[in-house]
Amino acid sequence: MLKDILKILENNAHASEKQIATMVGVSAADVSKAIKQAEKDRVILKYKTVVNWDKADGDSHVWALIEVKVKPEPDSGFDAIAERVARFEQVRSLFLASGTFDLLLVVVDKTEHKVADFVSQNLAHIEGVQATVTHFVLKRYKDDGELLDGGEGVKRQQVVL
Amino acid sequence: MTTKKSPLGKLISDRTNKISPSGIRKFFDLLQGMEGVISLGVGEPDYATPWHISEAAVKSLEKGYTIYTSNSGILELRELTCQYLKDKYGINYKPADEILITVGVSEALDLAMRAILNPADEVIMTDPHYVAYDATVILAGGKPVMVPTSAKNNFAVEAKDIEAKITKKTKAILIGFPSNPTGAIMPRQKLLDLAAVAKKNNIIVISDEIYARLTYDGEHTCFASLPGVKNNTILLGGFSKAYAMTGWRVGYAVAPEEIITAMTKIHQYTIMCAPTPAQVAAIEALKTGETDVVEMVDDYNRRRKVIVKGLNDIGLPCFEPKGAFYAFPSIKPTGLTSEQFSEGLLKEEKVAVVPGSAFGKCGEGFVRCCYATSLADIEEALKRMARFVKKHKK
Repeated sequence: MLKDILKILENNAHASEKQIATMVGVSAADVSKAIKQAEKDRVILKYKTVVNWDKADGDSHVWALIEVKVKPEPDSGFDAIAERVARFEQVRSLFLASGTFDLLLVVVDKTEHKVADFVSQNLAHIEGVQATVTHFVLKRYKDDGELLDGGEGVKRQQVVL
Repeated sequence: MTTKKSPLGKLISDRTNKISPSGIRKFFDLLQGMEGVISLGVGEPDYATPWHISEAAVKSLEKGYTIYTSNSGILELRELTCQYLKDKYGINYKPADEILITVGVSEALDLAMRAILNPADEVIMTDPHYVAYDATVILAGGKPVMVPTSAKNNFAVEAKDIEAKITKKTKAILIGFPSNPTGAIMPRQKLLDLAAVAKKNNIIVISDEIYARLTYDGEHTCFASLPGVKNNTILLGGFSKAYAMTGWRVGYAVAPEEIITAMTKIHQYTIMCAPTPAQVAAIEALKTGETDVVEMVDDYNRRRKVIVKGLNDIGLPCFEPKGAFYAFPSIKPTGLTSEQFSEGLLKEEKVAVVPGSAFGKCGEGFVRCCYATSLADIEEALKRMARFVKKHKK
């Protein structure tokens, strides 16, 4: 049941307990209980909205993808360093990746200067960080599974069936 | 527009004049130019074709694969379709001569009728039924014979009711389950009873299973998979509904070799072959589309539950449709006819549904609501319908 509930919520955080109950075929009370438990277990982390800030007047953001090469620590490997990096609020996402670098950050801030400051003054000084490569995002096409532009679907034609 | 009396109208064939334009079409004309309408009218998936399927066709175009295919269809598609039917239902058809790739089930249905019917041959079908069923029979020179079905019986059909309609002229029984317009399915036992009647009377069964994958309560029973029926069954299927591929126009017929040979004869003179890019896309769908189907069916199922509960809650009794993507509620509590209800609902509340009477006499007193539309639209439509029902309730 929880899987069905999560599938609905993942796509629409607005869905009410009553609506979910109808769709899953259980009582609203059971849905409520399952959701509360999932929140407690941190299966559900947060309810958010996918915003296209480019279309919201006067509030533009700069996005950057930052590759970081790290020297792992003897005991904690990458985890201790990653946790330190993750504390910065401008770090929107943080992944450990295979390949030519170790950590991949998605950083969002108001200006390019602020991103540059973060890299030179914060990130580069963390012990174990050996090198960084910053890619500024020129355009976002798709985020969180949503196309940012061209969201207008094809209009249905009239047909006999 | 020409009429029968105008000089040009007189030149239209009697056969064509015998069929009337679909009641759905008439209704959509009303919709023209109206703003803010929520449509539960069009019976088509609200998804675009999964991209990897479309891309396979795009790639084939880039490579210049823009030529005819063999009349029967690309061999790989015939092989994959036969393999699919074997895996899914345990039935064996030979890709070489027991399958024909068609321009949707629509063409397959037309070919089947033209291949088997002599003038005045009778084809038994349910009332209500999909709008093309009686028209294709009439165009092929045959005579449609109706077996009434009802909400009381969840719009399934009883073998004994079919048997009662059998005459010397009966050539075939045409069934379409899961059903458009009712969303009904046929329990396996009822299909077995029907198979026995068909066999006893040496009648062909044409089973239109285009909605087979849209089944929500247990597995679909493929008619052709029942013991001993393969020799007098024409099974029709396609890709439109399961893979959201309506615009590609690709379907198939599988049947014993003699029947496929006869159908192919008509197909090669009238159609040549189904569109090549569409066949390429269908190959990709069969190879890698399964997870897409499962996901879409799950999603239809959620919406199905919302609309069925919603309709019952607002006072329009609706049996549980276990297939396709239609709910078929009774509108009798309003005292309106299907057409009055649908027209009134469109004009007063801007919700489009299709009058059940467009699908046969037994559809009167019902409307067809397609729930392959966004959940938000379904809920808004239900709100508007609730207002409408409250206003008109007797």
